[in-house]
Amino acid sequence: MSRARNGWVLPVSLLVALLLGLVPMPDVLQPLRPYWLALVLAYWVLEAPDKVGLGVAFLLGLLADLAFGGLLGEQALRLVVLTFILDRFRARLRFFPMSQQALAIGGLLFNDRVVAMAVHLVLGEVQLPWAFWAAPLVGMVLWAPLHLVLDTLRLQRRG
Amino acid sequence: MPSLAGPPAARPGDVAGVLRLLVYLVLALVVMVLDHRGGWLATARARAEVAVQPVWWLAQLPSRIGVAVSEDAALRSQLARENRVLRNALLVTGARNARLQAAAVENVRLRALLGGVERNRLDVQLASILDIDLDPTRQRLVLDAGQRDGVQVGQAVIDAGGLMGQVIHTTPATATVLLVTDPDHAVPAVTARSGARVMVHGGGRSDLLRAADIPLSADVREGDVLLTSGLGGRFPAGFPVGVLGVLRADDSRAFLAADVVPAAQLDRGRDVLLLRGYKPATPTPTPPCVPGAAAQDCAPAASTAEAGTTKPAPAVAREATP
Repeated sequence: MSRARNGWVLPVSLLVALLLGLVPMPDVLQPLRPYWLALVLAYWVLEAPDKVGLGVAFLLGLLADLAFGGLLGEQALRLVVLTFILDRFRARLRFFPMSQQALAIGGLLFNDRVVAMAVHLVLGEVQLPWAFWAAPLVGMVLWAPLHLVLDTLRLQRRG
Repeated sequence: MPSLAGPPAARPGDVAGVLRLLVYLVLALVVMVLDHRGGWLATARARAEVAVQPVWWLAQLPSRIGVAVSEDAALRSQLARENRVLRNALLVTGARNARLQAAAVENVRLRALLGGVERNRLDVQLASILDIDLDPTRQRLVLDAGQRDGVQVGQAVIDAGGLMGQVIHTTPATATVLLVTDPDHAVPAVTARSGARVMVHGGGRSDLLRAADIPLSADVREGDVLLTSGLGGRFPAGFPVGVLGVLRADDSRAFLAADVVPAAQLDRGRDVLLLRGYKPATPTPTPPCVPGAAAQDCAPAASTAEAGTTKPAPAVAREATP
């Protein structure tokens, strides 16, 4: 069973995604920073649904909110929504060719932006600049290589 | 609960999924609202953030490593350039330091002067120069201290080097000083070496005084330091006036004359000292003087007392001589 192998990849990849979201970047590149956490979570929701579900998404979101210093619960909400939609269409998405899968992920990330904007709007928080709407495109482009890397790590045979 | 099932072809598992989604959404919303309102959650959050510290540390790690690597990889030329810049900075700092040392030396001198003044039990008052009026016929200063500060006409004015002049006019807030270099001014002086009496007149130039009417037989030499003699009662004794230059015969060939370099720094500085507690003698009729060698003994009193007048002091002295 591939699932039994390399069990460390799941927590480590999520932690790395969290760190990638925190790593300091130049101000110019800041809006282009992809939502790594959502990308990695999406991979695990698609590939290991019995391990990663709404609960994991919620807790991960809370942790990310703490780490990012944002509104507590915001990312939890966003990741729960993302996970739920992915879970619903998992059967179809898994058998999409990579290009269509990337498009779907891009759409999800865009939806995630809309959810974030709605939350900010309702609670009267500051809206992010418009440049941040480019991040889903970057996430979309990164989906295929990320998928490949995680697949390789997860499924590689021990020497 | 078909109303929650969403898509028409819902399976039982989907209903449970939607329910769980709703639970988590409500949970997230509750947490969000609580955090937004900033209630008890703030303290819980502060605690939890301590646990997140290692994550932050890890996230900063790449940039820290990057900085460390780039510092280690600094090229030799960069180091050399930096070295050059630092050397320049060192030179500049050294020069500045030298200036500071000069200032310190000057400070010591000033303090010595002040100490000397205090040893003589003379009270001084510091005053700033407001205005300077220098031309061949008028050598005056205006100070920012006046009658309100207790300044009186006739007070002697000194600086770090020596005698500068005397107060000739006061207003409530200012005082006018007649400098020793004013053509109308004369100071009775003695040489520090031999005690020979010399009259020092102003020449209208801020860097030059004149000593005139020195007897041919007097014990004076080039380089003699001149001090105020205290004769005439206007200035206290013992303050440096200047240094004698080359002696030469005057027009009459009966006396010697010489240029004197003033001891006071008349053309620099912003502050002067006003001597207090020394009572200037009131102008009294000059006793008749014997013309000739004795002229120096009676001239000082007359010339310094009348120094504030528009007539040249030497002329007054000569007029007073019958």
